[in-house]
Amino acid sequence: MLPRPVRVRKRTRDLPGTVTLELEPTDGMPLPSYAPGQFTMLYVFGVGEIPVSISGDASDGSRLVQTIRSVGAVSEAVTKLLPNDVLGLRGPFGTAWPTSELAGQDVVVVAGGLGLAPLRPSIYHLLANREQFGKVVLLYGTRSPDEILYRRQLETWRKRLDIQLEVTVDHAGADWRGHVGVVTKLIPRLSIDVQHATALVCGPEIMMRFGAAALCDLGLPEQSVWLSLERNMKCAVGLCGHCQFAGLFACKDGAVVRYDQVRRLLAMTEI
Amino acid sequence: MAIGCSHIRRPRALSQIKDGSGFRGHSRDMYEDTKSAGSARREPEPGPDPRHGSPAVIGLDGLAALIAALRAQNFRLLGPTRRDDAIVYDDIGSIDDLPAGWTDEQDGGHYRLRRRDDEALFGYAVGPHAWKRFLHPPLLTLFRAERDAGGMRVTTDPPPPERLAFLAVRSCELHAIAIQDRVFLGGPHVDPHYQARRDSAFIVAVNCGQAGGTCFCVSMDTGPRARSGYDLALTELLDGEHRFLLEIGSERGAALLAEIPHRDATPTDLAQSDAAAAHAAANMGRAMQADGVRDLLLNNLQHKRWDEVAARCLSCGNCTQVCPTCFCTSVSDHNDLATGAAERTRRWDSCFTMDFSYIHGGSVRASPKSRYRQWMTHKLANWFDQFGTSGCVGCGRCITWCPVGIDITEEVRAISGDTPEDAHART
Amino acid sequence: MQGLERILGEHRLFAGLGQQFLELAAGCAKNVRFDPDEYLFHADDPADWIYLVRHGRVALEVTTPHQGAIRFETVGEGEVVGLTWLLPPYRWGYDARATELTRALALDARCLRDKCEADHDLGYEILKRFLPVLVQRLRATRLQMLDVYSPGR
Repeated sequence: MLPRPVRVRKRTRDLPGTVTLELEPTDGMPLPSYAPGQFTMLYVFGVGEIPVSISGDASDGSRLVQTIRSVGAVSEAVTKLLPNDVLGLRGPFGTAWPTSELAGQDVVVVAGGLGLAPLRPSIYHLLANREQFGKVVLLYGTRSPDEILYRRQLETWRKRLDIQLEVTVDHAGADWRGHVGVVTKLIPRLSIDVQHATALVCGPEIMMRFGAAALCDLGLPEQSVWLSLERNMKCAVGLCGHCQFAGLFACKDGAVVRYDQVRRLLAMTEI
Repeated sequence: MAIGCSHIRRPRALSQIKDGSGFRGHSRDMYEDTKSAGSARREPEPGPDPRHGSPAVIGLDGLAALIAALRAQNFRLLGPTRRDDAIVYDDIGSIDDLPAGWTDEQDGGHYRLRRRDDEALFGYAVGPHAWKRFLHPPLLTLFRAERDAGGMRVTTDPPPPERLAFLAVRSCELHAIAIQDRVFLGGPHVDPHYQARRDSAFIVAVNCGQAGGTCFCVSMDTGPRARSGYDLALTELLDGEHRFLLEIGSERGAALLAEIPHRDATPTDLAQSDAAAAHAAANMGRAMQADGVRDLLLNNLQHKRWDEVAARCLSCGNCTQVCPTCFCTSVSDHNDLATGAAERTRRWDSCFTMDFSYIHGGSVRASPKSRYRQWMTHKLANWFDQFGTSGCVGCGRCITWCPVGIDITEEVRAISGDTPEDAHART
Repeated sequence: MQGLERILGEHRLFAGLGQQFLELAAGCAKNVRFDPDEYLFHADDPADWIYLVRHGRVALEVTTPHQGAIRFETVGEGEVVGLTWLLPPYRWGYDARATELTRALALDARCLRDKCEADHDLGYEILKRFLPVLVQRLRATRLQMLDVYSPGR
């Protein structure tokens, strides 16, 4: 599969080192459609290729929105791209959040740090089709108040009367009036119908493990909790072997996986 | 270039590793599933199909004619030859290139060639090369990118024009090829580079008449007799005239046989061929209790044996290079300063490298112990969940080419608590 | 008195405590209220009170020379500020400040400790309720310590 040239239409700096790009085609063909939770491989000319979450609204076919954090040579190059720069696109790849199967359920979205990015397409879907779901809860945790991703958007969502949105930070200065503490702390306080609820969890692996455990302590069956794994990816099509997590290829059997399938593996070290 | 969404899959339901009872049983006839995988690969029938013709016998002249016929049809003929004190796979020009009168002596971390007291052409087991080096090339250019007015242009090389013919593919290797077929052709994404080389490959198998010092194909049910996946299969017969029993596996094989001097096989020929296979089967260098290995390993991921083997393992990755089913690759990006073009190449990689599992901040599998465990559990356990069969064909290369002689069969035994006597008694 | 028992019994932490014990505990209780930014206590103060938050939010803070006050935890409705009252020498290790108008039920720690000494059954019931809070805080603190959002994780 070859990279397809796409152009940066818009660049937004979300946080120091984190950027959201809006991509458009250069060849006049339509953008690929995708499902929430999928990712693409972005290629920077001569530098390399990395997996990047799709963080936009899947129902809007006119743009491809992706959020990247600079953690290495290639991701840094992607975050430095400017409008009109051209990069290569492969994908979308991977499994999707079970968003289209949640009708009638209470839905809990638990996001940590950059984990809010791959969950955002699901959140758009939940909000745009609000009447299909029971309670909708969004819990977001990050390190400190100036590391809140998509802050303005969270503030806008917070104004809605039909969702519960809680933001917490690991620590803060005295001018922060909100929750302080790990995001998992917010879980035991939830009041949802655990037998008819689904949770979507994304963030650092430790946070997902403890978050999933807390959700199950609350009463959700393990099969109702979904996580998104991150592993080294090169080919994104299950042929290079790098993304393996025991028998799972994170690129094709994931990144979105069901908690009961990975619970035991997550607890082990160096799998 | 792919436009439109790729196949969006539900996260696949894996069996619960804890009870291990849910894994998909694998069909011993490995071609069963590849038939339905929808690949463009030519499908072989299991076992010599009488419709293609009954077994024949050819002499040395017939074998020479076979080689010439394949080359005349513009196949690039590859087969065993002696080089650098080993028997490796390389271009074969004539029957003289085959390692007549040589055999190998193999054990943990040990490989030597020895002269035979006859002139057998195929009287050895497998060497450091596997056929994957031709079907799944060690180095490949994936694409070239150039900047142009529109931004970026990406081009790729056309597929190679040559068609490959393999001479002397052993039964374990046929299984290894079938296993890689599943990896590269049987999933939602097909590897076009493998497909281009695999589709037209002509395979002349060889039935082993003797087992190698580290062989355990009997344990893995991958030999010594070739059952399917070949166009022609040879069994070298040395009792009496030096000749070869020839079994036909496909129409292409039958057509080629028609071009070379041959006669019908007699009951004596067939009996000698059976005896050779039985001799090989009875003298395996190693044994592995293959049933239940998947569950055994997945239920013992924290067994102390992993620490023990880690103390010996050098993480050199030899095992992954010589293993006929290992398929991991990595990519590199290069820039040409003169032309300004960028190139992406793909090369073989090994899960033993330190940065194989690197994600920002560090490698998931940093310790040699975790990397050895990854390799062995992938090969013998996770492969079942991924591809429906074991990843191991019992060829013994990993044992022979490990500098410190780590023996995968012994590691399995140690984890299961068996003594060597128990294991041999079972097989 | 009866009002306080009811309020105590309604608080998550004391749910299910028998009537007799509620009466005993309520004997040490009083209603309190804090305005935004009002301190409940400062570090090193004697840990004489336990605060069961009924409405509002309390931030637990430490001060540092260069960065001022750092909030490491907030405690909200249905939760409790104060576990230090269980351990000698009964001194707070941090500051507690209301971030918004907060109403709480304050329990006199010394009074409660004395009653627990006198009635071990009450003591056991109280400890049974506070210990899980302690364990949860410990787990949460460990997770916070891991700084999971930094790129290396």
